[in-house]
Amino acid sequence: MVEEKAVPPSMVEATRLQEAAPRTIRMEARAVSVFYGKTEAIKKVSLEMEANKVTALIGPSGCGKSTFLRALNRMNDLIPTCQIQGRIFLDGRDIYDPDMDVVDLRRMIGMIFQKSNPFPKSVFENVAYGLRVNGMRDKGKIAEIVERSLKRAAIWEEVKDHLDRNALSFSGGQQQRLCIARALAIEPEVILMDEPASALDPISTAKIEELIFELKKKYTIVIVTHNMQQAARVSDYTGFFLLGDLVEFGVTHDLFTKPRDKRTEDYITGRFG
Amino acid sequence: MAKRRFSLPILVTAIMTAVIVGIVFAILGNIFWFGHAHLSWEFLSTAPREGMTAGGIFPAIFGTVALVLLMTVAVVPIGVVTAIYLSEYARETSPLTRAVRLAVSNLAGVPSIVFGLFGLGFFIQFMGAGIDRTFHLEFTFNQPCLLWAAMTLAVLNLPVVIVTTEEALKQVPEDYRHASLALGASKWQTIWRVILPQALPGILTGAILAVSRGAGEVAPIMFTGAAYYLPYLPHALSDQFMELGYHVYVMATQSPDVEATKPILYGTVFVLLAVTFLLNLSAIALRSVLRRRFAGT
Repeated sequence: MVEEKAVPPSMVEATRLQEAAPRTIRMEARAVSVFYGKTEAIKKVSLEMEANKVTALIGPSGCGKSTFLRALNRMNDLIPTCQIQGRIFLDGRDIYDPDMDVVDLRRMIGMIFQKSNPFPKSVFENVAYGLRVNGMRDKGKIAEIVERSLKRAAIWEEVKDHLDRNALSFSGGQQQRLCIARALAIEPEVILMDEPASALDPISTAKIEELIFELKKKYTIVIVTHNMQQAARVSDYTGFFLLGDLVEFGVTHDLFTKPRDKRTEDYITGRFG
Repeated sequence: MAKRRFSLPILVTAIMTAVIVGIVFAILGNIFWFGHAHLSWEFLSTAPREGMTAGGIFPAIFGTVALVLLMTVAVVPIGVVTAIYLSEYARETSPLTRAVRLAVSNLAGVPSIVFGLFGLGFFIQFMGAGIDRTFHLEFTFNQPCLLWAAMTLAVLNLPVVIVTTEEALKQVPEDYRHASLALGASKWQTIWRVILPQALPGILTGAILAVSRGAGEVAPIMFTGAAYYLPYLPHALSDQFMELGYHVYVMATQSPDVEATKPILYGTVFVLLAVTFLLNLSAIALRSVLRRRFAGT
């Protein structure tokens, strides 16, 4: 049983919401299997990611949660041996459809990586990068969006006087928030986060978690984390992956307090993983 | 403090280093000793007189610099584009990729004189004749000239540029590619905006190596454009030119009065080395400026 000190708002909200309004599903995976060559890394996983909610994917190392995440914005396309079966939908559109432009897709689904990877350019140029590659030329507009994105990522105050400074000269936590600002600049619909705080200290982690809580008002978030407490704090829905299978999926509060599968219970109580 | 024990590997390394450094100093010293007396502003800025026994070598300096710059303009774009293809686009298992890699490594092993003959046969007699015919020119490109000598040197240095550029591209962390693609950039945008700028210092290294080799090679330019004595400076791509390395070769082997030309010979070699070092140094300076700009703080 996960000890509850104070029930975070997201969980209460989620439970209430489940009983109330109809849910908008932003992304859906239907019987998705991912193969690396002959190895089946994800085995027929189906799940729904509700709009403006945080869906967390948890599980021990190597269980496939990052692979699943990368399938959502087709980053797995970069791996030649990777094959996918099943369908994934964004607002009802099959993202693996041959007519779907991968570049467009990645504009709509942003990704934050485990190790922050700002470009070796200035803070301003990092955040403006997405805008520039998508064709924006108006300098005034770019500057406006850069400021707005940095504010939304809760890092504006720290960098506003240093926009010309190289992004790599900032701390790890700041770099990660900068990457979030960079992703926000192009106004994605969904933000995928692959263990965004695992390389950060507790204070930076707390800042990122606060940020996620703010961001879900505007964006749909899917987060992979190996930190169960983080999943419990931050997410509305949680999916537990084990060896490529989606063992259990449900409202976070329920999954952590009344897990239906014994394997889930063993994992969250720390008996393995 | 620990007592320094006698170490054989360190001793051997030290001796080898001393030998190598010694050889370099011996060569440079020899050249400087016999050549420095002849160095003067007149030597560097005027043309040769009296059958190469008096005057200066300015035309040769001019020709060498022009040749090397032209070669660089030709070899760097082609080499970089090839390296980008091999590193970012080509599938390693495809027959085309393997053929290209095989060609590049074989090219690296071809002796310089063979490049000279290739330049003569392909550039001058085939392409040159073709150009003259097409544009109704009278014997303009169908002869040894600056353009073909530069192209021949470019072909000679292509493997160097390709290999160092590919290395530089591979050094750029995958993280940046992932970040860029995840923001909705195309592969080409990623290469142009993130990877190439990051790899620029490494690419310049390749260019530096090419410049060094280009300034020093004589065999490829012997039949393709270099001349021993010209009363004028080259002012078009179709002109012949004087060149420092070639000048040294001819003076050392075919001079009618060996003793009189000896100081000029050494002076010329000294200038050749100085020009090479200067070209290298400017490229190295440019590279370190770029490195600092991309390194962070």
